Amino acid sequence: MADHITLQVTRYRPEQEAEPSVQEYEVPLRKDWAVLDGLNHVKDHLDGTLSYRWSCRMGICGSCGMTVNGEPKLTCATFLSDYAPGPVRVEPLRNFPVIRDLVVEIGDFMRKLVKVKPWIVREEERPLSAGEYLQTPAEMDEYKQFSMCINCMLCYSACPVYGLDPHFIGPAAIALAQRYNLDSRDQGSAERLDVLSEHDGVWGCTFVGECTRACPKDVDPAGAIQRYKVTAAMEAVKSFLMPRGAR
Amino acid sequence: MTASHDVVIVGGGGAGLRAAIAIAETNPRLSVAIVSKVYPMRSHTVSAEGGAAAVIAPDDSLDEHANDTVSGGDWLCDQDAVEAFVNEAPQELLRLEHWGCPWSRQPDGHIAVRAFGGMKKRRTWFAADKTGFHMLHTLFQTSLQHEHVVRYDEWFVTKLLVDDGRVRGVVAIELMTGRIETITANAVILCTGGCGRVYPFTTNANIKTGDGMALAYRAGAPLKDMEFVQYHPTGLPFTGILITEAARAEGGWLLNKDGYRYLQDYDLGVPEPTPVLKSMELGPRDRLSQAFVHEVEKGRTVETPYGQVVHLDLRHLGAAVINTKLPFVRELCLDYEKIDPVREMIPVRPVVHYMMGGVHTDLDGATGLDGLYAAGEVACVSINGANRLGSNSLPELLVFGARAGKAAAEYASSPSDPSPAVLAQARDETQRLERELLNQTGGREPISTIRTEMQDTMEENVGIYRAGDSLGKAASRIRELQERFRSAAIEDHSRTFNTQLTAALELACMLDVAEGIVHCASARAESRGAHQRTDFPARDDQRFLAHSLIYRDPDGPPRVEYLPVTITRWPPGERIYGR
Amino acid sequence: MSGYTEFHPRWYRQRMSTWWWLRRRSYLVFILRELSSVFVAWSVVYLLLLVNAVRLGDDRYREFLDWSARPWPLVLNVVSLAFVVFHAVTWLNLTPQAVAVRLRGKRVPRAWIAASAYLGWVVVSAFVLWLLVGA
Repeated sequence: MADHITLQVTRYRPEQEAEPSVQEYEVPLRKDWAVLDGLNHVKDHLDGTLSYRWSCRMGICGSCGMTVNGEPKLTCATFLSDYAPGPVRVEPLRNFPVIRDLVVEIGDFMRKLVKVKPWIVREEERPLSAGEYLQTPAEMDEYKQFSMCINCMLCYSACPVYGLDPHFIGPAAIALAQRYNLDSRDQGSAERLDVLSEHDGVWGCTFVGECTRACPKDVDPAGAIQRYKVTAAMEAVKSFLMPRGAR
Repeated sequence: MTASHDVVIVGGGGAGLRAAIAIAETNPRLSVAIVSKVYPMRSHTVSAEGGAAAVIAPDDSLDEHANDTVSGGDWLCDQDAVEAFVNEAPQELLRLEHWGCPWSRQPDGHIAVRAFGGMKKRRTWFAADKTGFHMLHTLFQTSLQHEHVVRYDEWFVTKLLVDDGRVRGVVAIELMTGRIETITANAVILCTGGCGRVYPFTTNANIKTGDGMALAYRAGAPLKDMEFVQYHPTGLPFTGILITEAARAEGGWLLNKDGYRYLQDYDLGVPEPTPVLKSMELGPRDRLSQAFVHEVEKGRTVETPYGQVVHLDLRHLGAAVINTKLPFVRELCLDYEKIDPVREMIPVRPVVHYMMGGVHTDLDGATGLDGLYAAGEVACVSINGANRLGSNSLPELLVFGARAGKAAAEYASSPSDPSPAVLAQARDETQRLERELLNQTGGREPISTIRTEMQDTMEENVGIYRAGDSLGKAASRIRELQERFRSAAIEDHSRTFNTQLTAALELACMLDVAEGIVHCASARAESRGAHQRTDFPARDDQRFLAHSLIYRDPDGPPRVEYLPVTITRWPPGERIYGR
Repeated sequence: MSGYTEFHPRWYRQRMSTWWWLRRRSYLVFILRELSSVFVAWSVVYLLLLVNAVRLGDDRYREFLDWSARPWPLVLNVVSLAFVVFHAVTWLNLTPQAVAVRLRGKRVPRAWIAASAYLGWVVVSAFVLWLLVGA
């Protein structure tokens, strides 16, 4: 294995330029190094002006999502040696506005997340004195997978529907809605129905399936969405056959 | 530019979000803002793995949890605070369950608890091995219900505004645009976490740079027990990534290079095939880390390109247990060490993990300055004393986050207008930021060089074992680095998401915190818990059954004073493990 | 609701190329899958025309078969067959993601759900074949 590898990094300095450009950096190629370690080497020793987000470096905080050789990846969990001899193209996550260099704006997701009411909705709160809601391991399995979302946005970056139509509510938001819909303690499915069955809700999805492929935590957002389409369709049929008064 | 709120919370992790929810639920009329340098779901709470302790089993009692905590802390814990903590922890974890936290369950649907280091009974609640992740996301998503809580995401607080001994607000930079804003408040709560990045090998994320500790220290509030830095016995060698104590609670063994369970040589018990509470691998973290140092000295550790390690053996647990109870551990080993713990042993070493010390507070999070509160790892109440037991810090976030929130809300309910002096301070800070950082040219030294030297100095001289002369060396080194920082090179003059600027601000915070750690360590002439002096190897309750309080002096070295520990029901005794 | 900037003119908006679907194999497969619906529609139309020809009597039926044997209709039908099979295979493979079945507390493996869908396809096809050839 060679001892260096070239990173081709997107730079965008809004005060100086109208369009992004590419800058090349040569970094050591160490067996244990992730792409993030390469970027840190650039920032610490080659070019302190490179901006990017990172924090936990263990794939749990979701900060370091970027496009590596055309694929959305967590740079802390993507290893340079897998791209040897290189070069490795490092670009900001696709489908989001770029603030600077490799930093993108995720405010759109933050606003959409609130809309799906990602919290336990109860008709009546259980008092603490009554202890915990009982939930068997099987009941937890129903939603557990969807609770693993780290909000890294790789799924939004992979989704061509979101790229073409930013109004689409998107994979992670729907997966998180399902996390609560399927939680035996939650009673809020009816409240989430309206937002999710809008034109830009689940019905915006055409089941490309890229979101699930990109997800680093095996959340399977595509599965969450398709399952909800079945739910939403059933609800539509039910409300047609059994108008509210009769139910 | 000025904004105004009743309560400003700095930091959006477990403690900060819990405080915000507490205020929103009890005083909904108050205007609350959370100012965080990262989006809340990126806060370091997310990385916690093992679990959160609270008494729930019928054969357990609050007294036992308190006793385990006090002895685990080598009697430096304030026992009134510990009693309040163990009393409120179960309710807080239960409240979190009602908010949706997916605690792991027994087959009948009740909450499951597991063993953990230093605890005599099984009382650690857990959400697989991603407890912190689930707690943080539950708190964050629950907080979204309270629409009137304002969030300043990716805003970096650079200074606390103080007027006449009372904190009146903060100055913060919006990272996206570089605009510097003054946010006035009637009360400020610091929830900014610890400072592991002061050391080179740490489980901590990049963002753990002691910002809140430095802010309080510079504003005149004392820091407490800064010398007590916890090394977690099992971190991965290159990255420092945490391998949770739960791996040992499930039955993992620590082996030296001869395949020998070496902890039995260090008065930690007798090896049994299955884990015994408070014995061997379930001993307290300080003793396990110290045992490692001795093994290195005896030449019984394994040499790797990234230093000396020992082995954590999980193979005998079997794939079924590892996949259900420790799935994240398996993932981390596969990704970062290319090792499958089902078949191979994991190389581990002690790495810095937690800061027992922090901003001095009382049981309600009130600090030495009026209007300033602190909760979570940034604070030192103290419930952790000289050594924290695993699974006590997650409930600490909730218990003291809620207490500080309520106390700050009550304080903020009697508001008063900020004086012109406060706004003048804010203007000065804005000008300082512009002059010294944003428009600075002519700096010579890379920030990374100064930072690396600080980290190396700390690891060499203020590590698991310390000595008076090397502490003195460290103190002058830190002083020198603080001088050199004045001419650190900042080449990025952009206003837009300038991470070189934030690196500089964080380094300044870390240097202040390092100063606090070194001076407190130097002054404490005894060994207790995580602070071990080779020149003073014994515990000295006569002189040092007290907290170190360190006050900043802008013109000279900081001043260290002592505050006696509050003892209620557990007089100092011997820490016994494995017997 | 929050203090941060919701819009800034200097953000760079990355454009999605019109040829985005050529960039990845999985995107191309997706577009072909969507396109296959056109051929599914044609198959239905062809079937209706066939039924209509049968209804109109022997001569019209024979004319229809002759017409079907001409080059363009033949090519169209062969291509349609390929796309319809592709359509069926891709959708049957995706079924497990849309359906979560639990048997005795454990999730049924995806492969089994897909296999049962294929089995259903084979059974129905066998029945139709029997109707056409056997009965």
